[in-house]
Amino acid sequence: MGNPCAVIGIGQTHYTTKRLDVSIAGLLREAAGRALDDAQLTWADIDAVVIGKAPDMFEGVPMPEAYLADALGATGKPMMRVHTAGSVGGSTAIVAASMIQSGVHQRVLTVAWEKQSESNATWALTVNKPHNASLVVGAGGYFAPHIRAYMRRSGAPDHIGMLVAVKDRENALKNPYAHLKIPGISREIVEMTPMLWEPIRYLETCPSSDGAVAMIMASEDAAKKAPNKPAWVHGTAMRSEPIFFAGRDTVSPQGGKDCAADVYRQAGIADPRRELDVAEVYVPFSWYEPMWLENLGFCGEGEGWKLTESGVTAFDGDMPWNPSGGVLSSNPIGASGMIRFAEAALQVRGLAGEHQIEGARRALGHAYGGGAQFFAMWIVGSEKP
Amino acid sequence: MSQSSPNHVLEFPGGYTRSVGPVIGRFLSDLRDGRLVGVRTRAGRVLFPPLEYDPDTGEDVTGEFVEVGPVGTVESFSWVPEPLSSHPLDRPFAWALIRPDGADTAILHVLDVGEFERGAKQPKRLKTGLRVRAEFRGDPKGEISDIKAFRPEVSMINSPTRLEYDLRPGKALDRFFEGVAEGRLLGHRCDVCGKVIVPMAGLCAKDGVPTTEEVEVADTGVVTTFAVNNLPDPRAPEVPFVSAYILLDGADITMLALVAGIPADQVRMGMRVKAAWKPREEWGPTLTNIRWFEPTGEPDVAFETIEEYL
Amino acid sequence: MKDVAIVAFSQTRHTAEDEGLNETELLLPVISEIKEQVGISRFDFTCSGSCDYLLGSPFSFVSALDAVGAWPPISESHVEMDGAWALYEAWVKMQYSDEVETALVYGFGKPSQTSVRQVLGLQLDPYYLAPLGVDQVSLAALQAQAYLARSGAKEGDLTAIAARSRAAGRENPFALHLDAPADDAPYDVAPLKVHDVAPQADGAAVVVLATGDKVREISERTGLKPAWIRGIDHRADAHSPGVRDLSVSPSARIAGEKAGAVNVEVAELHTQFSHEELILREALNLGDDVKVNPSGGPLSANPVMATGLIRIGEAAARIHRGEARRTLGHATSGPCLQQNLVAVLEA
Repeated sequence: MGNPCAVIGIGQTHYTTKRLDVSIAGLLREAAGRALDDAQLTWADIDAVVIGKAPDMFEGVPMPEAYLADALGATGKPMMRVHTAGSVGGSTAIVAASMIQSGVHQRVLTVAWEKQSESNATWALTVNKPHNASLVVGAGGYFAPHIRAYMRRSGAPDHIGMLVAVKDRENALKNPYAHLKIPGISREIVEMTPMLWEPIRYLETCPSSDGAVAMIMASEDAAKKAPNKPAWVHGTAMRSEPIFFAGRDTVSPQGGKDCAADVYRQAGIADPRRELDVAEVYVPFSWYEPMWLENLGFCGEGEGWKLTESGVTAFDGDMPWNPSGGVLSSNPIGASGMIRFAEAALQVRGLAGEHQIEGARRALGHAYGGGAQFFAMWIVGSEKP
Repeated sequence: MSQSSPNHVLEFPGGYTRSVGPVIGRFLSDLRDGRLVGVRTRAGRVLFPPLEYDPDTGEDVTGEFVEVGPVGTVESFSWVPEPLSSHPLDRPFAWALIRPDGADTAILHVLDVGEFERGAKQPKRLKTGLRVRAEFRGDPKGEISDIKAFRPEVSMINSPTRLEYDLRPGKALDRFFEGVAEGRLLGHRCDVCGKVIVPMAGLCAKDGVPTTEEVEVADTGVVTTFAVNNLPDPRAPEVPFVSAYILLDGADITMLALVAGIPADQVRMGMRVKAAWKPREEWGPTLTNIRWFEPTGEPDVAFETIEEYL
Repeated sequence: MKDVAIVAFSQTRHTAEDEGLNETELLLPVISEIKEQVGISRFDFTCSGSCDYLLGSPFSFVSALDAVGAWPPISESHVEMDGAWALYEAWVKMQYSDEVETALVYGFGKPSQTSVRQVLGLQLDPYYLAPLGVDQVSLAALQAQAYLARSGAKEGDLTAIAARSRAAGRENPFALHLDAPADDAPYDVAPLKVHDVAPQADGAAVVVLATGDKVREISERTGLKPAWIRGIDHRADAHSPGVRDLSVSPSARIAGEKAGAVNVEVAELHTQFSHEELILREALNLGDDVKVNPSGGPLSANPVMATGLIRIGEAAARIHRGEARRTLGHATSGPCLQQNLVAVLEA
């Protein structure tokens, strides 16, 4: 596990459809500045910067770490750019943490973002190339058949997805940074929205957001000087598997199971359902909550929807998932994974405000990407491991 | 006025000659130089454009001129979709009350938000709080119209980018498309796991080894799972359309393709389908030789037989 | 710091023309070859570097993963940077994770499918620079001019570097085999002539890192000496060419100091333009006795996104073969040598 690593600063922008009042650098600086304020540090205190985002087609600036180097105070410092598809926010945080765990640096700033309003998400994610051997229509077109397969396999009733859609939007009302705020959100409202990619309804899918999130990772010495309570990293893991191969389980991918097993082992967790207090899990389509409940070992196969249905994952349930409102409420794609990681850290720091889960001591942050083939997870705790 | 040509004109030849006094004069002189100045009242407020008196109390203002702006905030506005001939612009614009930064009062002026089509609706971006900046005339005369118009602060630039590529499918996919051009669907069998991969990639992604053994598979198969798409897509014929994973007979990996020839709500997991080829004369080295897959009419296969392909 | 060694290096025979292979097909043979060489088919960590914009579509690394054999699922990451930064990420990981004793690192690019100079033009500040349409070569020429003006070097000095690099490249089976610069060679963007600009090529490169007992095990199998990473560091300069002195490279200087770039016999530098060798020699304090780019360097083949990793691989290969004791590999990224990475290797 290496040296202890703490999260001592977290900053987020408000997530919204279009941040027309800021440049790309301005968006990142807003999140980074808030993280620096949280840690009471200045740009000069930072040793290195690690940034992450999903495909560069979103903003049309390939490899933007060059343009952003001085905007993030990295002149004369190391600056890296991570890209692992939708899981990138999580992977980026893990790479930043590794710089502390390895003893290479004392304080590392990590920022993830997406400014989707500069183009169009469907275009940027599925640029239509010649020689295509398949027909994929946006992320929904790819994932909807797998959701259907889950429903068939588990025998889950049709309304489970709507329960998650309502729960996460209710949680979002407690989160000042959340994008979608639908007061009075109800199953009837979700049910009335059109099927985009049956079985996925409009309100069962995530919005398209602009936004950035930043964290400051610190060594034990640096964490001691931090003014606010840190979150300690108890484990990090990444897993990848090929997107197409014979016999691949696309409903509950092996990569997710292996990644979870690895991160639990590092954190000394045998039963995540009992030993974790809260989880921020990448759920861009509501059905992925029951699917990931099973994949991440919170219950047995085919049981995930029952946990959702019985309210276990609700804000006041015994295993709250996505008290921040999750990806269903805010989705600047390249940042979404890091927002999960940061929200998990906020919970164990006791700084989550109105959406704080009381007494949260250990939390899971989770991200996935590509064709549900890239996974990044971490467990953070209020105590040094 | 109904007539196109008036029958009476009241116009002082050459225009009035007005003395402006020290306060307005100072303002217009600075304006001619491209600066916006206001004047401070004894109560400390900055009036813009400057008056000689405090409009609240009637007191004389101080002699202190303060540079304000050049950026200001729209406090109120009206929208002119069909400008009159007397209006400063011949295309839609707003009349707006604009308070420059550093000032406590607003100026009435033209706000040009870049609408060009007469009759255009009020644009969404036009609202109270919009940040705007004065655009000056090239030939200032010391008049309020030295400000041509206020325009929204530049908040966005348009960045067209275009890169050209000459992409190649690669050796394995080239061969696959060669087959498709002849109406054949080709795959590779992996030496290690024995599975048939369609279309072939020249490797087995699971085992990470090259594959070479060519296998032809049928153009019939079974739908494993699918989505009903209600969002239009340029690649699909109409909405709703069905995108489905199809396990071709003889293959061990599913292919994502369109399913048609059946109402979307009747597509089933386990449904047997066959490729609907375009007429032979339209074939080329592309998968679009297959329009879509359609039902064969055979009985559905049991869920258990497709479960491991999900 | 934990001792980590580069134990194997493999690269494609780079080609100037598209040979009909896609990125995955470029990679598969070199990855298969290196697995065979080191006798390992599953690595504890995998990291790669590539650029979506070279492919013209998002997620270039997804299909590349097929070449690795990522089953059962592997611990893996990717940087949207040259493969040299993927190597750095793997090295950092190996510093603290006891479970990572071997790492596979690769970089790949197929620039023949588009215009790299335009792609890299879009990399610039999207408000003040990219809209001007300025391209990578024009900016490099600006830097060359600034360097020539300050140092008193002449265009002939640049041509000499190109001539030496091309001559060396003709001896390297993996490089393009290019003629000596012509006396009447035209300018690309003055003061850079056509031979001063690295010729883009399609290619891929793979490196295996190891630590602990694995180093000995692998070396015994390959018969190659391990190239120990004695120091590795990377730094960035400010972006806009108008806010920095283009004739020097402070980021390369800092990275060199941190990595311990002294007493090296050979330096493989990521010189995409002739004049960059002079700026880097100065920044890294490389004397005349240091042999630069004996492989021919990027001026003999520039498989974009793999070129930097190849420099480190070439520097390691000198040690593997017992031809040098202490070498340096350098990688760069961004306009005008904006980011620089230095690795110092030792037998």
